Amino acid sequence: MYDFNYHRPGSVDEAVGLINEDAKLLAGGQSLLPTMKLRLAQPSDVIDLGGIPGLSDISVDGSTVTIGATATHASVAASSAVAGAIPALADLASGIGDTQVRNVGTIGGSVANADPAADYPAAVLGLGATVHTNSRTIAADDFFTGIFETALAENEILTKVSFPVPEAAAYVKFANPASRYAIVGVFVAKTSDGVRVAVTGAGGSVFRASGMEAALNANFSASALDGIAVASDDLNNDLHASAEYRAHLVSVMAKRAVQAAGG
Amino acid sequence: MPNVSMTVNGKAVSAEVEPRTLLVQFLREKLSLTGTHVGCDTSQCGACVVHINGKSVKACTTLALQNEGAEVTTIEGLAQNGEMHPMQAAFKEHHGLQCGFCTPGMVMSAIDLVKTHPNPDEKTIREGLEGNICRCTGYQNIVKAVKTAADNMGG
Amino acid sequence: MSSETGIGASVRRKEDKRFLTGKGRYLDDINRPGQAYGVFLRSPHAFAKIKSIDTAEAGKAPGVVAIYTGADLAADGIGGLICGWAITSKDGEPHKAPAHPAIAVDTVRHVGDQVAFVIADSLAEAKDAAELIEVDYEELTPVVSGADALASGAPQVHDDVPGNLCYDWELGDQAAVDAAFAAAAHVTKMDIYNNRLVPNAMEPRAAIGDFDSGTDEIVLYTTSQNPHVARLVLSAFVGIAPEHKLRVIAPDVGGGFGSKIFIYAEETVCAWAARKIDRPVKWTAERSESFLSDAHGRDHHTTAELAMDANGKFLGLRVNTVANMGAYLSTFATSVPSYLYATLLAGQYTTPAIYANVKAVFTNTAPVDAYRGAGRPEATYVVERMVERAARDLGISPVELRKRNFIAPDAYPYETPVIMTYDSGNYPLNMDTALKLIDYDGYAARKAESESRGKKRGIGFSSFIEACGIAPSAAVGSLGAGVGLWESAQVRFNPTGGVTVFTGSHSHGQGHETTFAQLITEHLGVPIENVEISHGDTGKVPFGMGTYGSRSLAVGGSAIMRAVDKIVEKGKKVAAHLMEASVEDIEHANGVFKVAGTDKQVTMAEVAFAAYVPHNYPPDLEPGMDETAFYDPTNFTFPAGTHIAEVEIDPETGVVEVVDWAASDDFGNVINPMIVEGQIHGGVAQGIGQALLENAVYDSETGQLLTGSYMDYTMPRADDFPSLKVETTNTPCPGNPLGVKGCGEAGAIAAPAALMNAITDALGVEIDMPATREKVWRAAQTVQQAAE
Repeated sequence: MYDFNYHRPGSVDEAVGLINEDAKLLAGGQSLLPTMKLRLAQPSDVIDLGGIPGLSDISVDGSTVTIGATATHASVAASSAVAGAIPALADLASGIGDTQVRNVGTIGGSVANADPAADYPAAVLGLGATVHTNSRTIAADDFFTGIFETALAENEILTKVSFPVPEAAAYVKFANPASRYAIVGVFVAKTSDGVRVAVTGAGGSVFRASGMEAALNANFSASALDGIAVASDDLNNDLHASAEYRAHLVSVMAKRAVQAAGG
Repeated sequence: MPNVSMTVNGKAVSAEVEPRTLLVQFLREKLSLTGTHVGCDTSQCGACVVHINGKSVKACTTLALQNEGAEVTTIEGLAQNGEMHPMQAAFKEHHGLQCGFCTPGMVMSAIDLVKTHPNPDEKTIREGLEGNICRCTGYQNIVKAVKTAADNMGG
Repeated sequence: MSSETGIGASVRRKEDKRFLTGKGRYLDDINRPGQAYGVFLRSPHAFAKIKSIDTAEAGKAPGVVAIYTGADLAADGIGGLICGWAITSKDGEPHKAPAHPAIAVDTVRHVGDQVAFVIADSLAEAKDAAELIEVDYEELTPVVSGADALASGAPQVHDDVPGNLCYDWELGDQAAVDAAFAAAAHVTKMDIYNNRLVPNAMEPRAAIGDFDSGTDEIVLYTTSQNPHVARLVLSAFVGIAPEHKLRVIAPDVGGGFGSKIFIYAEETVCAWAARKIDRPVKWTAERSESFLSDAHGRDHHTTAELAMDANGKFLGLRVNTVANMGAYLSTFATSVPSYLYATLLAGQYTTPAIYANVKAVFTNTAPVDAYRGAGRPEATYVVERMVERAARDLGISPVELRKRNFIAPDAYPYETPVIMTYDSGNYPLNMDTALKLIDYDGYAARKAESESRGKKRGIGFSSFIEACGIAPSAAVGSLGAGVGLWESAQVRFNPTGGVTVFTGSHSHGQGHETTFAQLITEHLGVPIENVEISHGDTGKVPFGMGTYGSRSLAVGGSAIMRAVDKIVEKGKKVAAHLMEASVEDIEHANGVFKVAGTDKQVTMAEVAFAAYVPHNYPPDLEPGMDETAFYDPTNFTFPAGTHIAEVEIDPETGVVEVVDWAASDDFGNVINPMIVEGQIHGGVAQGIGQALLENAVYDSETGQLLTGSYMDYTMPRADDFPSLKVETTNTPCPGNPLGVKGCGEAGAIAAPAALMNAITDALGVEIDMPATREKVWRAAQTVQQAAE
């Protein structure tokens, strides 16, 4: 990789002060470092958030699960508080990457990176979570704006994500056999405000399947999704899966998620 | 160049490193601990797995500087007083290695697996090793070795 | 008999301790004093003219020692890489062997082709500098598939190879085959693609060139399966240094599977550059570099036709294959789709007439050469998919159809119509053993149970054969090989009774350090811990041809046995003297020399000591107990077996689960059953990988490798497999002193056809490898729609 200046700030404010146009934030580094190793990114500064106290806290109150930006996937997966409140979230975290990636990779890194095939964005959007930064809160529906693009400003640091506890939820992933990223992942949540269906892996960014949501709002069961499919026009079409296959898989995974969520 | 200090296999070590130095490079090049291998450049093969503060991590995907103050254990640090760790012994007993290149990472991952799943069934072992690629064994004898080691480690 | 550590015992491996404790010494673990680091600038284009290379800026970068291009190699008279097996086309012309410079001179022919070599004080500096080299390319339109390369008007990969045709070769009696088809009651025909694979040994290739200006010796450390062959080629053909001034060391090597047989550009350049800069030069591939520059495997397009009589008896087989050679000929590339392939098209069957035509073609892709099995998996895949398809066409069970056509157990030696003489075997026994292992009788119930859950279940067979123990020098010489394929061994007793065996067979996972030691323990009574196996260093081992083609035990082990015979012969003379008897009266067994009919005896250790401390020693006998032998086999060996795969398919997603696997293999005598079983596991895993997961895909327009990392090229993981059920049968090989046949490639040869036949059985339609989930889903959809 190219060389860079390394910083390990002790607070979010200090980290914000270090940001410049060519800097990169390193939370767990499980996406950033591979990119840098292949010389596909050349940051002037790497700002390691791993030393900021309190940034990895996980807390659950009655209706909300809040996960700090540098909480690892392993810690979320192993948290009995998370598993008690939103089992689907702990389950999703337990299926990201592999054990070693989960021991280092973080929710903040994953959500801010907004990889179109990453798992966490499906939970954030599917649960209608709120993304907290050093300066504001952003609703999930406004957060993911495109391929590897989010609503985060350059000098903004994601600090935590809060997830409202749903009535029921499940995430089902159809993984790429090589990379183990999602070819298609569907997060289904039944909330007091209605059903949310978020799809990752299939398109340029995580998205909600509104047709499915409508059907499930009427009848929260897998059979309600019979004959309902997402359009394949805008879906990814690559070596690993055609758009048509992905569209089909979205329906299959959605049904399986509904079943897993008790529908 | 910045300095980094950590404990590796129970020994305090310290060295100047370029910021871009990965932990695996630090171990191999600065400390001559060449048992930790590099088999890919996309963080998938797991030949480089070490334990950082007791958890298995891919040493090719963490900077040396990120691990300031950490306790690191490599494959060289497992045997005690010339006695192999039960996981190492089980790999030998069950022919869980052929060319040996993936073996250090596989063993380090397997130890972490048994720690989190003290009594793993075959499915748990197979799924738990998804971060480690072996091209020689077809994994069957690795699975046997991990099961045996789990039993011997008091699972 | 040392039953616990001798022949037939599952001795735990002597080499494991170092591998398990991080003390293995692989190439990248080695560093030489004053070492510099080399990085190759590689072509980003599949096909382009190099108009200019500007290294001025790069040369000024920090730490840079030297930058070399193809012109520098040429100026030093360094020759190109060679292909060591001459194939003659059916028109009598020799195969086309276009120039293969270690660094491209004026044209790059595949993505990853070497363009320049940058040497710097550190690896990072070399990489930084490589980015500063400016190359002006004129891009050309590439061709990537073998079939496209043969089309008229296709881009010409080499100006001196018209139509991209390397050779157009044939084997067998075409007229006899035509007659068989004319008389056939039924003909089964299939188009079959054997997908391109990237070998992916877990240790990436690497090399260090180390030059001693005091002695003029170059030491090349390299990840090689055959260091002596590397020395021979680099010396005799490339011109790096004379053989006696070139030492090649292949230390612990992390897997090969064929890909480390070949003499590559990178090691050539490291050896040459070390002398140029008078400093050691180290190069280690990154995985993405391995994908582009390791020789790939397979990539055959085949059309096959099988003629049968009304009872399903095979009458004739006609095979047309287009083999993609890639951009250049790798070291043994020409032999793979010819003599290692078409000679096995008889399979385990009595098919009386076979004709094969193979066109080898150049494309703008990485060179293709031997990969685990090398030609033989391609042959088995063709034969076994054809047989299963024929069974479906005829409505005969695939088990029954095979049994009707198997060569009978009493028919050996059996001469096939494609120049092989099978020496031993019992094919029906392997089939029956495998059927029992898989519980064939219970299959119908299992299938019904799967169907009750909405799943499709299939069972598939593969009765494979291979020709191993490569090979009799006279035979391969007559077929075009440029070298003899003997093996050598030196058995050296030390005065205190320990033994060092020097073998030309290189171990990179096969466990030779244990298996070969078992031979010494068994035959000379030396405790196994007192036997050391030394390999991989031309400075220590007298000679050798290396490890490939499942030859190490059959050829290398037999060479050890010849050396053991010489030790015994000499030991008898020493023993006779020590016991004041005549040599004719000395009997030897298991390291003990006895005077026949008496209770007088001396041990091998006593004899060895006397040989080195010859105070009281026969006057006409040389001191020392150190014997070297060469062994050249008289025939190939013919391991064979039947593998049965059982799969369950989720038609909704196309996910194929391999739910069960049974293998019954005949490897002749087995020295270490534990190691043999491990070889089967690994081979089958690679075969399942090929059938289900792995695929090297080039973009047909740009020639870019689309599967250039583990993000896109699916490496099999632990959760892709069930536990395999493996058994061996034994018809000892009559052709070598150990009665062994070789087991290293069998799994990879057998598995793809078994798995694809199982998938086809489940789906009811044929698909090509790899059976990706989408392909399987689409096939399931088609079948369902047809049914509706």
